[in-house]
Amino acid sequence: MAKFVAKTGNEAMAEAMRQINPDVVAAYPITPATEVVMIFAKYVADGLVNTEYVPVESEHSAMSACVGASAAGGRVMTGTSSQGLVYMYEILPIASALRLPIVMCEVNRAISGPINIHCDHSDTMAARDFGWIQIFSENSQEAYDSLIQAVRIAENHDVLLPTMVTTDGFIISHCLDKIEVLDDKDITAFIGKDRKPNNSLLDLDKPTTLGSIDLQDYYFEHRVQVAEAIKNSKKTIIEVANEFAKKFGRQYGLIEEYKLADADYAIVALGSTCGTAKVVIDELRAKGIKAGLLKIRVYRPFPAEEIAQALSKIKNVAVLDRADGWAGQGGPAYAEIKAALYKSKTPPKMINFVYGLGGREIDKDQLAHVYDCLKNIEQQPDVQYLGVRE
Amino acid sequence: MSQQKKPGWKELAIGDILPAGTAEKFETGDWRSERPTWHPERCIHCLFCWVNCPDTSIIVENGKMTGIDMKHCKGCGICAKECPVKPDKAITMGPER
Repeated sequence: MAKFVAKTGNEAMAEAMRQINPDVVAAYPITPATEVVMIFAKYVADGLVNTEYVPVESEHSAMSACVGASAAGGRVMTGTSSQGLVYMYEILPIASALRLPIVMCEVNRAISGPINIHCDHSDTMAARDFGWIQIFSENSQEAYDSLIQAVRIAENHDVLLPTMVTTDGFIISHCLDKIEVLDDKDITAFIGKDRKPNNSLLDLDKPTTLGSIDLQDYYFEHRVQVAEAIKNSKKTIIEVANEFAKKFGRQYGLIEEYKLADADYAIVALGSTCGTAKVVIDELRAKGIKAGLLKIRVYRPFPAEEIAQALSKIKNVAVLDRADGWAGQGGPAYAEIKAALYKSKTPPKMINFVYGLGGREIDKDQLAHVYDCLKNIEQQPDVQYLGVRE
Repeated sequence: MSQQKKPGWKELAIGDILPAGTAEKFETGDWRSERPTWHPERCIHCLFCWVNCPDTSIIVENGKMTGIDMKHCKGCGICAKECPVKPDKAITMGPER
């Protein structure tokens, strides 16, 4: 029986991992993701799962062990954050190139320096070009639901790509939230008891070579295979979301529109800030201001067409980036949304706010200020750092 | 450049996952800048070279060292370093020509 319980984001992800019951978990602790694998390690010690838990000496080793275990045909998971994810970077594109459906719990945290343990999206955004599917969560429930869906998405044979599901450090990872936990048996039925790999390193009857050298004549073709898989994954993400909605009642998509259809002013955001934005929108609507939100749930594959379609009917848009792109032109979401709208016949006027770096509080007043800025968008600079002291 | 038509991305094995043993078909011997020379008259067939060679380039037949696979030897010199024969080793390194 599904039941409602109070869980932090980390507890929710650990609970989903228990129900997924992966064959192998290799992980290294890092704030604020430590609890995910710490709680899961207790499940292993208590015999609640059949998982082989590999307590490695670094995140580089964690991802390497995940690659090996996944190449052996296992269902493999890990969890990390910030510097831990950065330390995995060398192996992340190898996981996608070998088409290994590893699922990662990634808790968004600012990358050093200066050293900081709190939320922003700089770690995940810097990993956006490694061939991993990236799913952002607004709250613990979404993190739990998306983690379960991620197993199905990653293992689908049209996709076969590693997938990270992210929460926002501390804001989601450490805050208690009411979530519905589904029945163990329903999860097993939804994801399938075992992964069905095309090949396995442990198959002695069909020995294979993985990671062979691939030079001018063939490397390009193998990279195009990854490009095609990422394109294919959009369809699979939607199919899995629809099946999840049918079975469990909560509907997800690549993007989510909140009071956007008739909005004059819209914010685009990812992660926990979307929850705050919805409250602000309700308050503004009560005052007769037509405010709306476009939430990006899936950042890779980038839902360019869906975003362009949703924003082409809006007059004024502010894109909120919880990371700077260090390109001198604002955040990564802003750059990609601008590109997505290039071929639109009716593009909105658009500005960018980089906000919340290193866990800087983002509250209702600041979001109301963003909507205020949209009223006189002509006078606004292209990129602003929201709430930063001069 | 070869005129033979190479397979496209739709035909190639996904993720470049291939049948085992492909390293044998890829001749890495021409990477060598130093070349090992085997001196059979000094060799005691202890097979230290065979154990230590990272490229399985020491050829052994019936428990005896019989030569070096120069198509795959990269000239790392580990065999010469590990050879215990004294005073002159049974494998020595010299410049590749």
